[in-house]
Amino acid sequence: MAAMAENYQFPQIGDEQIKLLERLSNACAVSGDEGEVRKIVLSEVRPHADVVNVDALGNVLASRVGSGDNRLKVMLAAHMDEVGLMLINNQGDGIYRFETVGGISASDLAGKAVWIGKDHIPGVIGIKPVHLAHGDSYQKPIDVDDLHIDVGPVAGKEKVGDRATFATTFMRLGPSLRGKALDNRLGVATLIELVKHAPPNIDLQAAFTVQEEIASRGARVAAYAFNPDLAIILDSTPAYDLPAWETDENDRYNTRLGAGPAIYMADSSTLSDPRLIRYMIQTAEENKLPYQLRQPGGGGTDAGVIHKQREGIPSISVSVPGRYHHSPAAIVRLSDWQNTLTLVAAALSHLTPALLASDR
Amino acid sequence: MIELLPLLYELISAPGLSGYENGVRPIIEKAWEPFTDQLSTSRLGSLHGLQKGTGGEPRPSIMIAAHMDAIGLMVNAIIDGFLRITAIGGIDVRVLPGQMVTVHGRQELPGMIVPTPARLLPSRAQAGVVPLEYLLVDVGLLPDEVVNLVRVGDTISFAQAPFNTGGETLTGHTLDNRAAVAALTYCLDILHSRPHVWDVWAVATVQEETTYGGALTSAFQLHPSLCVSLDVTFGSEPSSPSHMTFPLGKGPTLGWGPVVHPFLFKTIKELAERLEIPLSTEPAPRYSGTDSDAMLVAAEGIPNVVIGIPLRYMHTPVEMIVLKDVTRAGRLVAEFIVQLDETFMDKLTWED
Repeated sequence: MAAMAENYQFPQIGDEQIKLLERLSNACAVSGDEGEVRKIVLSEVRPHADVVNVDALGNVLASRVGSGDNRLKVMLAAHMDEVGLMLINNQGDGIYRFETVGGISASDLAGKAVWIGKDHIPGVIGIKPVHLAHGDSYQKPIDVDDLHIDVGPVAGKEKVGDRATFATTFMRLGPSLRGKALDNRLGVATLIELVKHAPPNIDLQAAFTVQEEIASRGARVAAYAFNPDLAIILDSTPAYDLPAWETDENDRYNTRLGAGPAIYMADSSTLSDPRLIRYMIQTAEENKLPYQLRQPGGGGTDAGVIHKQREGIPSISVSVPGRYHHSPAAIVRLSDWQNTLTLVAAALSHLTPALLASDR
Repeated sequence: MIELLPLLYELISAPGLSGYENGVRPIIEKAWEPFTDQLSTSRLGSLHGLQKGTGGEPRPSIMIAAHMDAIGLMVNAIIDGFLRITAIGGIDVRVLPGQMVTVHGRQELPGMIVPTPARLLPSRAQAGVVPLEYLLVDVGLLPDEVVNLVRVGDTISFAQAPFNTGGETLTGHTLDNRAAVAALTYCLDILHSRPHVWDVWAVATVQEETTYGGALTSAFQLHPSLCVSLDVTFGSEPSSPSHMTFPLGKGPTLGWGPVVHPFLFKTIKELAERLEIPLSTEPAPRYSGTDSDAMLVAAEGIPNVVIGIPLRYMHTPVEMIVLKDVTRAGRLVAEFIVQLDETFMDKLTWED
């Protein structure tokens, strides 16, 4: 008989959790250089986990062993990395050329401030004054090759190979939160809460993964190491819930802010396990939680590599919807974050092997 | 001497779009108060500061104009809690997506400029640069809250915070032209302790970015013998043509062209050489792009000179200047004024 989590209290998002998200959002962790976030994750989970490892790629793997019989091994994955830039050439006088890491659009870069390296050295990505634009040149899309990072005429401690991110400071906006890299510091912050408040009926295997934005390399090896019975991937998915042009209704919203956690059925790399889809919906309805079904289609999460690891791992992704990911800042709703945390905690606290014994 | 860096931080953190300069004028009044004999505001909102000369009446006067207005945006529609925008002043729309802003509604609201996602655009607008009409501001509030707090016509300022980069540089929005306002303040500080014959009118002009209406009307009202524009000019960096730009940290520029009186050009050029202030010549074959274009044709016409402070990435929220160029520009103008005597205007002739 599995130990049911009768007295299990769902974790809550309060000021302390928002402060932690703020620290995570302001930290810089471009894919392959996740150290600043890893440090925060380790200090948060170490006091609570039974085993904590940092693996060969830099994933943080933290386990909490439950207390009943027939416990499922449940992997929860949240990627620590963010899209960003790498300085690739020093042109002198504080001018550097750069390349992008992950899906970052050149159209978001012009006229922005950046933080470079571990010390967050400030720099800017300027463009030619509009006064000097010839003809219709200002109507042509900007190419990354046309841009450079400028740290001022006297170079500092920055160097070729350093990563850079948008210099965006986290902020609360009424019912919303705004910050950079909320894809996926929201998932990281959610997973930290779940490690701190793990339900006793499962073995919780928390993977804070690296390099999701450039092929989910971290998740692939983390899933191998954990060898779980099932996996739930915590991410943040785009909400395109803006006014549409030339139609009366926006029917291509992907997800909407304020409509609750987004449950994935299909994206470009994963067909979620139907039992897990049904179970998530059922859990949301039983707990009277708002939820939304992410419009099936493109995009992807760490689930893409996790569900194909070893003999196959039943997987699903659950996301906090967020507008403007991969740009200088995303905007998300606090209520969606709380409801996502509650939904996943509620789902975990009633998980039994019977779910996986049922038909797909 | 006045500490320019804290003043500049304050100046470029303040709003003050063209036509709405109230956000910055009090800061300049406070900075000029110790150095001026009187301060007043023109009908259009320009700030006039008078530093009286020592000459007998009627004294000649010189007007130094530094525009205090900023480029920015204005709300032109509210749809489902999102704000549609239009530009005030010349803005390359390619810098706007992802830009942090402050919406000056019934409260100041932090917002972010966002492009309509390609999937929601009409097909003709899906490729290329997203035009201004499809950019929105998201303030993170629910639609009901937005319509209570924001109205069509509310102004929107850039919210990029100022910061220092390597080499005594300052970066932020609206250094065009608050850097020149700081240079003018520095000039007033010098002149405060140096005797000068002429009256000095320091003018923080309005609406340079849109109509030049501030400089034109102040020049008419004050009727100076000479005018100086203190403005910024294009700083060299890899994306701008090298033949039209000037290096940061290597001194201000002196305009040359139809807007500048040749005798004033020659006088200041020689003065800079004597004082060992590095000064580049900036040819402007048609327009100077400064308040001088208006002051030149005020009333019966006024001889003008244009001083530029090199600035990178003009009209983006990450403009960059070197402080030394600001103080050099201020000092050059002050030294020019100190050597103006009662006979100077007699010497100002055309050497044909």
